[in-house]
Amino acid sequence: MSSLEISLQKRWPGFALSVDFRAESGATVLFGASGSGKTLIVKAVAGLGRPDHGKIVLGDRVLLDTGTGISLPPEARRVGVVFQEPRLFPHMTVERNMLYGWALLPKPTRPNIAEIVSLLGVEHLLKRRPHRLSGGEKQRVAIGRALLAAPELLIMDEPLANLDEARKQEILPFLVRLKAETHTPILYVTHAQSEADVLADRIVYIEDGTISEIEQR
Amino acid sequence: MTLTPTEWTALWLSLKVAGVAIVIALPFAIWIAWILSRKHFFGKWLLEGVIHLPLVLPPVVVGYLLLLMFGRDGWVGGCLRETFGISIAFTWVAAAIAAGVMGFPLMVRAIRLAFDAVDTGIENAARTLGASKRRTFFTIALPLAVPGVVAGTILGFARALGEFGATIAFAANIPGETRTLPLAIYTALQAPDGENIAFRLAVISAVVALIAVALSEWLSARSRRQLTGRDS
Repeated sequence: MSSLEISLQKRWPGFALSVDFRAESGATVLFGASGSGKTLIVKAVAGLGRPDHGKIVLGDRVLLDTGTGISLPPEARRVGVVFQEPRLFPHMTVERNMLYGWALLPKPTRPNIAEIVSLLGVEHLLKRRPHRLSGGEKQRVAIGRALLAAPELLIMDEPLANLDEARKQEILPFLVRLKAETHTPILYVTHAQSEADVLADRIVYIEDGTISEIEQR
Repeated sequence: MTLTPTEWTALWLSLKVAGVAIVIALPFAIWIAWILSRKHFFGKWLLEGVIHLPLVLPPVVVGYLLLLMFGRDGWVGGCLRETFGISIAFTWVAAAIAAGVMGFPLMVRAIRLAFDAVDTGIENAARTLGASKRRTFFTIALPLAVPGVVAGTILGFARALGEFGATIAFAANIPGETRTLPLAIYTALQAPDGENIAFRLAVISAVVALIAVALSEWLSARSRRQLTGRDS
């Protein structure tokens, strides 16, 4: 099972981020107020943003090492991301959205579609276009799409933040099941204590760009 | 109203010149629009300025510049003559180049706006799913920009159909070779009894332009519907 080692530094005028931690299997929650630097960590791990200095190792693969100049492009990292907004492809059906990354995998490594579709309860949505889905359904499709690309790490960047309380309660059980039934380590970013309590195997508390505490559950 | 052979010739030549010009210009317009929409680099303002030059210069100046470049002793024209033994100036190819150059900035503008409207967050999502930059462009950005590409293409085509100043300077006014509808109208107006001929040609031009605009509206609405599954 892959572990994730992260060490990052970045400076802006008036703000500095400096974190160093290790995430083993299970769910690691990055907990902190908005503006604490969580999103930069997500971007750096996914390959969508560059720190000034840093090293990120996933399992035995170096994703980023500013010391030696290694920086894998996002498509080579095998890091799945569920963003705050679902970011579904509006010109494709739910099914084609979900199979977008899956279809790019070598055949033997493709995950079982039926398993993930039923895990997220989206069977009845497959032929629809994204704009005909509710917010909660969209987010479930986005999670399924990320999982079907067989990531070695699944990042969820405040996936419930844009949903109302009822939708959150609708999705949380899926996340708990997902954690129990897949073996993909999860990096879960949130500032909601309730989500952290339900999902976390460990919580990394971030404050003003540094780690204030790491709590094992 | 039935068209005379001369009118057919002018109409057909116009469609050929504008059609060839736009089909060849389109991939370049998409490429430039993409660069202007997504890349930041030193000297971008210069590229933008050069692209938009045909929009702000008098067309006859553009035609003259093309003649300097592609004429017998121009740096492109000279090369073509020496290596292939061909001369472009004063042929329908010259008319097509003039039409393409004049229509190009309009295409780039419309397509760039369409690329600007595509959420880069969606493209990033595709990257994290394993798609290369190239695949992301062809499967996400370009399909989502199709309504703008259609609009830009028709706009460029209409501009190319109406091209006069650059064409007459660079390709001259040769019946059957470079005398497109606007040049035919001009020629008719120069003749003592040509007013009736000019009027008929003007009507033909207006009809073609209207058809192009209607086609553009229909195609844009259709592709938008197909993209999102929505009606509006």
